[in-house]
Amino acid sequence: MQLLVCGGTGCNDLQSEAILDNLRLELEANALENDIQVIKTGCFGLCKLGPIVKVMPDEIIYTKVNPDDAREIVTEHIMKGRKVERLLFTDPITKKTISKAGEMNVYKKQLRIVLRNCGVIDPENIEEAIAHDAYKALGKVLTEMSPEGAIKIIKDSGLRGRGGGGFSTGLKWEIAFKNKSDEKYVVCNADEGDPGAFMDRSVLEGDPHSVLEAMAICGYCIEAGKGLIYIRAEYPLAVARLKTAIKQAREYGLLGNNIMGTGFNFDIEIRYGAGAFVCGEETALIHSMEGLRGEPTVKPPFPAESGYRGKPTNVNNVETFACISPIILKGAEWFSSIGTQKSKGTKVFALAGKINNVGLIEVPMGTTLREVIFEIGGGIQYGKKFKAAQTGGPSGGCLTEKHLDLPLDFDNLIAAGSMMGSGGLIVMDEDDCMVSVAKYFLDFTVEESCGKCAPCRIGNKRLHELLEHITKGKGTMADLDRLRNMSLVIKDTSLCGLGQSSPNPVLSTLDNFHDEYVAHVTTKKCPAGKCRDLMEYFIISANCVGCTACARVCPVNAITGERKEPHLINPSICIKCGACMEKCKFDAIIIQ
Amino acid sequence: METIKSPADLEKSKAAILARMHGKEKTRIRVHMGTSGLASGAKEILEFLTLELQKRSIDADIIRAGDLGYCFAEPTIEVKRVGEDPLVFGNVDKQKADEIIEKYIKNGEYVDGILPVNYRTI
Amino acid sequence: METIKLTIDNKIVEVQKGTTINKAAKQLGIDIPVLCYMELHDLNIENKPAGCRICVVEVQGRRNLAPSCATKCEEGMVVKTHTTRVLNARRTVMEFILSDHPKDCLICPKSGTCELQAMAHRLGIREIPGQEIAAMSTYRKDTSPSIIRDLDKCILCRRCEMMCNDVQTVGALSAVNRGFMATVAPAFEQNLEYSTCTYCGQCVAVCPTGALTEVDHTPDVLRALVDPTKTVIVQTAPAVRAALGEEFGMVPGTLVTGKMVSALRTLGFDYVFDTDFAADLTIMEEGTELLDRLNRHLNGDKTARLPILTSCCPGWVNFFEHYFPDLKDVPSTAKSPQQMFGAIAKTYFADKIKVDRKNLVVVSIMPCLAKKYECQREEFSTDNNRDVDFSISTRELASFIKHANIDLNTLEDEEFDTPMGESTGAGVIFGTTGGVIEAAVRTAYELQTGKKLERVDFTELRGLEGVREATIDFNGLPVRIGIAHGLGNARKLLDDVRSGKSQFHAIEVMACPGGCIGGGGQPLHHGNSDIIKARVAAIYAEDKKKPLRKSHENPFIIKLYEEFLGKPNSEIAHHLLHTHYFDKKKKVIVKQ
Repeated sequence: MQLLVCGGTGCNDLQSEAILDNLRLELEANALENDIQVIKTGCFGLCKLGPIVKVMPDEIIYTKVNPDDAREIVTEHIMKGRKVERLLFTDPITKKTISKAGEMNVYKKQLRIVLRNCGVIDPENIEEAIAHDAYKALGKVLTEMSPEGAIKIIKDSGLRGRGGGGFSTGLKWEIAFKNKSDEKYVVCNADEGDPGAFMDRSVLEGDPHSVLEAMAICGYCIEAGKGLIYIRAEYPLAVARLKTAIKQAREYGLLGNNIMGTGFNFDIEIRYGAGAFVCGEETALIHSMEGLRGEPTVKPPFPAESGYRGKPTNVNNVETFACISPIILKGAEWFSSIGTQKSKGTKVFALAGKINNVGLIEVPMGTTLREVIFEIGGGIQYGKKFKAAQTGGPSGGCLTEKHLDLPLDFDNLIAAGSMMGSGGLIVMDEDDCMVSVAKYFLDFTVEESCGKCAPCRIGNKRLHELLEHITKGKGTMADLDRLRNMSLVIKDTSLCGLGQSSPNPVLSTLDNFHDEYVAHVTTKKCPAGKCRDLMEYFIISANCVGCTACARVCPVNAITGERKEPHLINPSICIKCGACMEKCKFDAIIIQ
Repeated sequence: METIKSPADLEKSKAAILARMHGKEKTRIRVHMGTSGLASGAKEILEFLTLELQKRSIDADIIRAGDLGYCFAEPTIEVKRVGEDPLVFGNVDKQKADEIIEKYIKNGEYVDGILPVNYRTI
Repeated sequence: METIKLTIDNKIVEVQKGTTINKAAKQLGIDIPVLCYMELHDLNIENKPAGCRICVVEVQGRRNLAPSCATKCEEGMVVKTHTTRVLNARRTVMEFILSDHPKDCLICPKSGTCELQAMAHRLGIREIPGQEIAAMSTYRKDTSPSIIRDLDKCILCRRCEMMCNDVQTVGALSAVNRGFMATVAPAFEQNLEYSTCTYCGQCVAVCPTGALTEVDHTPDVLRALVDPTKTVIVQTAPAVRAALGEEFGMVPGTLVTGKMVSALRTLGFDYVFDTDFAADLTIMEEGTELLDRLNRHLNGDKTARLPILTSCCPGWVNFFEHYFPDLKDVPSTAKSPQQMFGAIAKTYFADKIKVDRKNLVVVSIMPCLAKKYECQREEFSTDNNRDVDFSISTRELASFIKHANIDLNTLEDEEFDTPMGESTGAGVIFGTTGGVIEAAVRTAYELQTGKKLERVDFTELRGLEGVREATIDFNGLPVRIGIAHGLGNARKLLDDVRSGKSQFHAIEVMACPGGCIGGGGQPLHHGNSDIIKARVAAIYAEDKKKPLRKSHENPFIIKLYEEFLGKPNSEIAHHLLHTHYFDKKKKVIVKQ
């Protein structure tokens, strides 16, 4: 018998260590320490109900356990075999107590469709993929369906592009199908450029065949014979595994000529991107593949009309492709039963920032931000207060506390001033200055703008400069208006999605954290204490014993004072290095 | 391997593969070796396990897989003992790997660092 | 042709399908401002990157503003061109562009003809908010023998890039770097001099700002004019007189030959001569060479290479030296008229007036920037003394005339000096595409057949089609002629020559679209191809006015051969009037 104690950071903050200790003590007291193991585990994903103790092999889950409850668990459950009813989870809807993990709705919030085989199969062994039904959907499409029929399934499933735009995948295929041409192309966009987002990489590293199969299905549907995967050269492992997978698929007759004896020909090549963010935009991506400068062009014409080499081209993202085979095998209805009214299926998020369980998660569309951050993500690091979550990569917006119960889907995120993007989710806590956050994201877009259109090339630079100005305490209220106007014009006039969304971090922080901006420009204070130029080190004379330690460590001699007398910091000399504060043993130095 | 010539062929070969996999009843270990895993030292763990299992005469399959998404706890490995549900262990270093071999793989005793499965899959 | 109806600013307009919003608006008399967009309609040249975003308009139902230059009309579309939203966006974007542009308009070479300056004025920009904190993108200046690149002034309209790549297929200029530091430059940001640049100057001809300008040689000319030890003679190319008037407010197509001669004399040139004279001389040499090769070919001489290619155009010569060095024995060895003039001036004429060539300064007025480079070629110097000392463009001459307080409009017509000012209509038409070959035909016909040519106007050789072909009946002998203007068109004919598919006996090539009248040194056309057409018409009108219209009838040419050269292609003619070509591939430096 084992007692599993959640050691996830969320539970840990709620004294799970003490629970562990107490359980061990109780077992020792009853001389059970050799029969019963107490094990610290990773996060159960039940952070809201933590701390969690699970009794194995009974699979009984105790929630909201106190260190003091240890005795009862040992004496009642272990020794007498009686469940501790008061620690069992009560379903909020049915009001019934639930003891088995599998019966709990809150448990297993995640549903893996895209990541179904990631971490499960050996990606370099096609046999493992076949054992997990790879290429079964392709066989089904090739032998049982017409292109129109298969497209209808994808359309009916409600699948929308996971690369950011959220356009109906089935509709996209249909347009490409209807544009007749002797040559067409299927392109997989694996130019994952959002900082912190790596769902495409994980899929390609963990389950490359899911993408190859879906591309072949798409090829059949739009009548294309050639697939191209545009992948960042910075993903060497994904590239290597893709190459292996393509080679193996060809050997097995699952790519190439006469696939599965059906007469359908489809082959896939890999193209490398040089890591330009803008090349995730489909027209820029196509230009890059053609050997041209990676720059977008005006749409229309859309790639479905005139894409790679001027031929109809269907571009989908890795995650989108990874959804295809399950939809074909399990049906449009199954897929459309998951998610919200207009956003079907699941979405993979890359959790990053000040969240405990940094990593990849996959949840049904409509899962709330709160569930994602506080349950699956294990909450905020060091028990700090949640401040904002940035979704949609560098051009997304910041969601705040008031959005915590917002069901995450394409339309809700847009309405909240952010976007789904590729699924990056960066969590910020009370220590983050939102003006600096906006500046940080702008830094990225300024760097990654291709420079083709003026508003993105120059406008973003100007936005960044103005934010810099404000964080230095030189801004005015009028600058805030200018910031907003520039942001709106850049969004309204930029050529491609990059510029059309790059001011989102500015606009959403300006909306949601207006007071913070006002503080920067009026009282010249950074409420989060992050903007160095707005900080002031200050000695509380009541705490200062005049030990002179601070004055001795100050590199610019900004601190003066007699021995045993309270010292003073001259703010005009102080360079805000923080050395004094570190040195002070009496907590006499604070930041204002 | 002969090429697959029809969807029926594909089914047949799936069945054959499954039979082969399930035919050999022994402990199966997956080392999660995506970029996150590798960056945290999964390759070292794979090498350690391969070597140590051989040294300690334990017959087990070791499989490279992609990442599970548990970036906060890499490297992670999954161990499936015959007839039992698989268990995932996080933050595996050589010491932990040694403990896993000695306690869990050999005797089925749990060790600290289990990562509960907190997802459903299709 | 299918038409569609749409509403622009509450007015209904019916346009052909495929029309852009901008052009549809023009039909209604609505002039939406454009900046990066440029079109030379009759030459099929269009620059449409949709990059500046100045021409944006509101299209009902669209989330973002649409660039009117690149957005096609759709049935039922409702467009607004001057809502507050549009006007604010246009102004803000213009402020962005100006914030990254030097403010040295007063001393900029483009002042007064700058399209950015005009746009700032049109949009009524009176201040640039935030300029005090706005960084500027800066690049090193690059001066080549003909062209100066001052990229601080580049607004990324990409017109030069389009000209260099799409029209000229020279590939010297393309966008480099990203975002705020994006600019247009040769590969590896090499200097123009070490690129494949042909100095055709078409980039300069379309540059809206002062980013690309010619190297100004007027100070050198002035210095020579005021030096009492120097005798200064000037030659004027045929295309100059058809365009110079534009700089003085005259209607495009106004011929100012007599006024120009008068102005040059007033400026202090000792002899005012005409490049047309040298053009007649070129015809004698090139025509003879053509007949020689043609007759040898007809007589079965395999070493006689056909087609013969004209060699008057220095941009074209640079082009084949870079891209077709393997064909360098194909073009005529005849020097260009500019250099023939220099060679005769500094030998025959210098002797005549008894001035040492070192004290004789030959200045050429050219519609061309490649001529600046051509006269600096080593093979066109004797003892470090150039045959042609300085070449200045039509634009430089105009500003020179203005400096000298001369009002061209009020000048009386004057005649060229003799002997090198006398020319025929054949020399005049050198200034337009098809003119050189027409002039050659007029002479070659009579030399070959011994018959008098009754019909002098070969309209079948005229026009603005990029590639033209015609067969001229030389009294039973069909002579097949090809004509290309624009280097991209020339490349097509050259590719055929290289692969042995070319059926022509003679090919005329001019590097600039329209020929010399559209040269890189001409008054700026600002995308109005009617100006080009008017200049062409002026050239043919001048030809028609001339009493003599065949080069071999020029009495001074006859005299020159009698007194000095003997006969065409004689030894001395070869020495003075012919040249050879180089392989320039190795001159290109691709890395630092």
